[in-house]
Amino acid sequence: MHKYIGRNDIILMASILAVSVLTMILLRVFTDKGMTAAVYVDGAEKGRYPLTEDINVDIDGYGGSHNTLSISGGKAYMSDASCPDKLCMHQGKVYKGGQTIVCLPNRVIIKIEGENDSGYDAITR
Amino acid sequence: MTAVMMRSQDKLNPVRMTAYIAVMTALSAVFGYAEQLIPFVFFGIPGIKLGFANIVSLIALYVFGPVYAYLILLARVLIVGFMFGNMYSIIFGISGGISAMTLMWILKKTGLFGMTGVSAAGGAAHNLGQLIVAEITMNEINLIFYLPVLVIFGMLAGCVMGILGQTIALRMRWSHDRFFKGHDRFDL
Repeated sequence: MHKYIGRNDIILMASILAVSVLTMILLRVFTDKGMTAAVYVDGAEKGRYPLTEDINVDIDGYGGSHNTLSISGGKAYMSDASCPDKLCMHQGKVYKGGQTIVCLPNRVIIKIEGENDSGYDAITR
Repeated sequence: MTAVMMRSQDKLNPVRMTAYIAVMTALSAVFGYAEQLIPFVFFGIPGIKLGFANIVSLIALYVFGPVYAYLILLARVLIVGFMFGNMYSIIFGISGGISAMTLMWILKKTGLFGMTGVSAAGGAAHNLGQLIVAEITMNEINLIFYLPVLVIFGMLAGCVMGILGQTIALRMRWSHDRFFKGHDRFDL
């Protein structure tokens, strides 16, 4: 009977796995900081606030509207909004890269981004 | 080329060999195309593929040797890229394929590992090479966060493809004799 997986194969795969997991842990350790909440109004960037500092930011939205972004405990959320539906306030707290809070009526977007980049700019398969 | 062919293929005559290689190129192109049709999203990472086309690369490496394996690989990437993909799929296909094939060739040469191990390492190298090239072409340092997950998935997919590849190779008369001398042959 043919043997599909030998002992060396298992050692090889286990070591690849170990190196990958180690890399993953190291990446986590060295980069778990420096996330910022970027504020966009009508597509234009209005400011960036690091998640490490607790702060309340008043945002002037589109057409005289008004939002308040709050950052506390490393998470950002919309604590007040002038829009009628308050959907953005119900979107909860965001803190991971790429997460967003969107307030459509006021054209306000809060986006969590890394220190100096903006997530994907291309996807290919 | 002829020398390589004669050395690794003492029994297969050149005409049959040409035919086999043509068929394998076509097969790998079909695999490559069929895979693009299956959307696969793990952990929010788009574009993970199982790499069925690598079965062909693997079998080609073992049966026809590295030169033909590289040629089949390049032909596949170019055919699939020009017919169904774009410039990026060609760049990534070539970078991934060449890194995988090179590592598989080296590991096979050591003689320490079976086909499963060789294929698993090839899968890991495929994604590693692709990611490095993606980092360079797109200038997007954040891609490095995908590295460990991609390498692990590449390895798992490669492992599965290695086992499948052996299953297939054992069942084909023309590959069996070159591959697993002394093992039982399963005839279909």
